[in-house]
Amino acid sequence: MLDARRSLGSVSSPSILEWGYRFILFPIGQMLVFIVGAALFLTLLAFLLALAFPEPRPNIVLMDQVNRQLPGMIISGITIGFVYAMIALGYTLVYGVLKFINFAHSEIFMVGSVVGFEVMQRLSEAGHLPSWSPVLLVVVVVLAAMLASGLLAVLIERVAYRPLRGAPRLVPLISAIGISFFMVDLVRAVEAITRNDFNLTYPLNSLEWVRNPVKLAIGENTVNIRPTQFIVVLGAVVTLIALNYFVNGTKLGRGIRAVSQDMTTAGLMGINVNRMISLTFFVGGAFGGAAGALFGMNVGTVTPFVGFIPGIKAFTAAVLGGIGNVTGALLGGLTLGLVESFLNGLLVYFPALGQRYTDVFAFSVLILILIFRPSGLLGERVDEKV
Amino acid sequence: MQFKRLAFLFVVAVLALSVPLVGAQDAKVIKIASQSPLSGPQSVLGTSIRNAVELAIEQLSGPLVEMGYSVEFVPFDDQATPDVGVANANLLVNDAAIMAVIGHLNSGVAIPSSEVYNDNGLAMVSPANTNVAITDRGLPVVNRICGRDDTQGAAGAAFAATLEGVETVYVLHDTTAYGQGVADFFQKAAAEQGLTVLGFEGTTETANFEGVIQPILALDPDLIYFGGIYSQTGIFINQARAAGYEGLYMGPDGFDASEFAELAGEAGVNTYYTSVAAPPTFYPAAAQFIEDYTAKFGEPPQPFAAQSYDSTGIVLAAIQRILESGEALTREAVVAAVRATENYEGITGTYTFDDNGDPELATYVILQIVSSDPAEWNENVVLDQFLAPSPLVAAAEAEG
Repeated sequence: MLDARRSLGSVSSPSILEWGYRFILFPIGQMLVFIVGAALFLTLLAFLLALAFPEPRPNIVLMDQVNRQLPGMIISGITIGFVYAMIALGYTLVYGVLKFINFAHSEIFMVGSVVGFEVMQRLSEAGHLPSWSPVLLVVVVVLAAMLASGLLAVLIERVAYRPLRGAPRLVPLISAIGISFFMVDLVRAVEAITRNDFNLTYPLNSLEWVRNPVKLAIGENTVNIRPTQFIVVLGAVVTLIALNYFVNGTKLGRGIRAVSQDMTTAGLMGINVNRMISLTFFVGGAFGGAAGALFGMNVGTVTPFVGFIPGIKAFTAAVLGGIGNVTGALLGGLTLGLVESFLNGLLVYFPALGQRYTDVFAFSVLILILIFRPSGLLGERVDEKV
Repeated sequence: MQFKRLAFLFVVAVLALSVPLVGAQDAKVIKIASQSPLSGPQSVLGTSIRNAVELAIEQLSGPLVEMGYSVEFVPFDDQATPDVGVANANLLVNDAAIMAVIGHLNSGVAIPSSEVYNDNGLAMVSPANTNVAITDRGLPVVNRICGRDDTQGAAGAAFAATLEGVETVYVLHDTTAYGQGVADFFQKAAAEQGLTVLGFEGTTETANFEGVIQPILALDPDLIYFGGIYSQTGIFINQARAAGYEGLYMGPDGFDASEFAELAGEAGVNTYYTSVAAPPTFYPAAAQFIEDYTAKFGEPPQPFAAQSYDSTGIVLAAIQRILESGEALTREAVVAAVRATENYEGITGTYTFDDNGDPELATYVILQIVSSDPAEWNENVVLDQFLAPSPLVAAAEAEG
């Protein structure tokens, strides 16, 4: 995936081969490199830990536990990592264009997960679920969530941010936090009135193909991969490739990049700046919505409060990767997801620490990286920061 | 001038409006408040507590009405959050007509809130708080009619030890006063019973448990005990089963809500849980209550609803005794009268409070979930039940 802020380049029709490389092979290769790199690095650390503390607790040989857990930790880390990456894209795209953090983005994610639930629940009530093919079902649910969240993001921008565009930096930030609270309580009220329920459970338990995990034998261990984990990863990869094509391969994408480089000049060159900003919000919001629906299908139950934690983590991932940088959001999300998964898996064996210290260590990693690279892993030096 | 005239009109309007309010206060109003989560993930249980108190006031306030009092109900929403519970507590102690509070659902909310009630001498009767610190602080205003987590946790561990093939357990908790408290008692008792405790972990995660599950799969325990509330524990077991966990699952009374079945689906069937409140259908005297409740609110009562009905009944009976004795009806008198409750015949049992506010004898039950259909929640099988004395009573018996 190319940097949104790099040269604008030409869109003159490339050959099929070149096109395939630029928009399909290259982004997939990039993701693979990130995943394999981060997973290998963390695996190495886990083995070093096992060598340093061979028996952290009586009767627990850490090396055996690491061996047994490794595939599971990597798979769950990748799954949640892709979710973080997709949400982080929303933060980073908006930051790239408007230079402010859209703190309402976690609620756009939440609305995506709730819309995904609503669609699936309605299909289930109408009796369509068993007859629809899994692919069709997932595509419909995710697309509906993308559309709803994208439009919501555009609306929020129009109502809460555009009137404040010339205002001091802090003002839209406060507006974003206000919108965030408003959205949580709005969804809570709507669901309470229409369904009289707070915990919204995706009607997945009735579906045979969801309940049967894929058993993967690695060495002596079998790992259960849930079908929904496949869906999350596959859905994330497909939408990320589409985003890469949109930003780097289309005229509209070029407009967004132009606005992110210099809003005034882009306007003088005949680009409709407001429309480009709306479009950025739509794309970022649609990503948040897709992430919400995929996350909801994977965890099974969502609530109006579900956005907060993934939102904060994804924001962290965006900063970790270098905010404003699209590739950085992907790298940051995957790294954070894997780090968290490894910490969750291994801290259990150190009774003085335990899983409750996962976030402490994960955020220490963030602080360390920011000390040595203040603008994130892939970020470029910018003078202004929020 | 204009402004002064407006201000004058405003003052007159306020006075005119407040006259009827002051008048109403004089007409001998007694208010009973409830505090439970009416919104948020635990609202299923909290709303049922609220409804049961309302029903109890409607049905049991007859004697007080005959004496010329009117009994009003003031429900509060504590959102299962300590801050909100305390804020509500500070609000409701200022209403002099409120004579008692029924609540809360969560021990973590009840502990700080009851400090406020205690400072203001307002009686509280809890239908559901099981944490030992609720009554062990010895506050004169705090009473409960349910059992305690030390006994509940130990009962769970003793039961787990009798299950075939259970040698290792993994203990999770939700880091709240309630969840961590009961999980800790379970863990200690399990070790005493000869079970191996493979892990004791707290998690605040509410949606994505994949990270929590990985080490559990690697340790492969025979049983997972989760000290927490259904909104978290139901989602957890659903994901754990999907990830390949095949052992048994057990928890405390926080599992006890029909929503658990909805969240856990098929994965929750056969789960064991201990409770201090058996399903309403378990109590022969509660049949009429279930009927009335279902007729009034359109759905069957959740666990703790029948206990809330009895808590309210205890308060109303205490107020009635004060009025009959000719004493002045003050909060102080209500606190003393509630604590002095002796052999109150409720629909869930007979209650006498000990000096700490614990019931002298509390019921404990062990249940197993039979179906993934929330409508069949009240069909859950009672595997075992026993009465256990409160610590004060047990100590007195040991001495005597």
